[in-house]
Amino acid sequence: MTTIKMTVNGKSCSGEVEDRVLLANFLRDNLNLTGTHVGCDTSQCGACTVHVDGRAIKSCTMLAVQADGADVVTIEGLAKNGKLHPAQQAFTECHALQCGFCTPGMIMTTAALIKDNPKPSDDEIVHGLEGNLCRCTGYLNIVKAVKRAAELSK
Amino acid sequence: MFAFQYRKAKTLKDAVEILAKDDEAKPLSGGMTLIPTLKARLANPTQLIDINGISELSGIEVKDGALIIGAATKHHEVATSKVVRDALPALADLASHIGDPQVRNRGTLGGSVANNDPAADYPSAVLGLNAKIITNKREIAAEDFFLGMFATALEPGELIVRIAFPLPKKAAYAKFPHPASGYAMAGVFIAQTASGIRVAVTGAGPGVFRWTEAEQALTKSMSAAALEKLTLAADDLNEDIHGTREYRAQLAKVMATRAAAALA
Repeated sequence: MTTIKMTVNGKSCSGEVEDRVLLANFLRDNLNLTGTHVGCDTSQCGACTVHVDGRAIKSCTMLAVQADGADVVTIEGLAKNGKLHPAQQAFTECHALQCGFCTPGMIMTTAALIKDNPKPSDDEIVHGLEGNLCRCTGYLNIVKAVKRAAELSK
Repeated sequence: MFAFQYRKAKTLKDAVEILAKDDEAKPLSGGMTLIPTLKARLANPTQLIDINGISELSGIEVKDGALIIGAATKHHEVATSKVVRDALPALADLASHIGDPQVRNRGTLGGSVANNDPAADYPSAVLGLNAKIITNKREIAAEDFFLGMFATALEPGELIVRIAFPLPKKAAYAKFPHPASGYAMAGVFIAQTASGIRVAVTGAGPGVFRWTEAEQALTKSMSAAALEKLTLAADDLNEDIHGTREYRAQLAKVMATRAAAALA
């Protein structure tokens, strides 16, 4: 067992984990942050996307011990003072979801995408969402939502 | 996942010493292949030695006519680095199309090259540019490095420190990505180097290889038309549920044509 410490959604957190525990499981099981979803568990679907030191990563493909000392943001940490993040607001407005399972990952990827590229084209959005799968085939509204999120972020 | 002990190496010396003492220990770089492999219980290492954060493995610079990139440099950094974009835009472009954004934020140059997945993108640039792989022990020429599917000249406990890409006059990469994984079904890197034109093909065969007939044809004329009459021999190419070997031969030719057109 290893003791790890990290900042999660602005708060300092620590826990004792086996070295083989994935970051996704640490967030869900130790910190009860169940907004991070584990969809495929094979590094393909991106539902588990969180930000580590400002970059979007798949938390099912990173060990919790690797995030020791890191700054982690999950879907629970995006809204500030009761105000939704532009990506969350846009997904709501554009109805960019059906079942909602992929949504936390989609939103975390979107937030990272518009930070890197404040005015993405349709092509750049589709390319930027390559690591996130939606099995309800809701991609059209998701692309609309990313565009809307970029507008809201201006 | 089977249980293992995780250790973060502070220096290259540190990492190499731990790996030398324990045959069953594995270095962990971006983990984009290793962690899924562990999750599938296809590997059972005693220790994972995290080599991220070792200063000797980082950095991007142009020196003596070569672009030198530290092994732990992430794909995202290669794709967006001004130094890479100015000196060798084809490599930045290649890196920007690896996997997906989340993979590019974790995966590393050294990890990809050491793993030598037959459908990985980087090996085509390493062979196409006749790069040098600099390890903690020696320098290995690209020609001697790749030994077929997931096999390289790296010895146990040997780590890639950096890779030196001699700067070409011009280079281009074109790939047909697998729609789900982003891996190359066929990817072709063409470089106009000081010692002639080199064409390296990844994704289509059991490992990256040079297509010498295409090199000869493009030496006569750097154009898409120069490749029109060529057929890549399909005998040794990969065949799986995604495509026959003949299909991959044709894909490789189309990708070569696209890369050649970009250089014409």
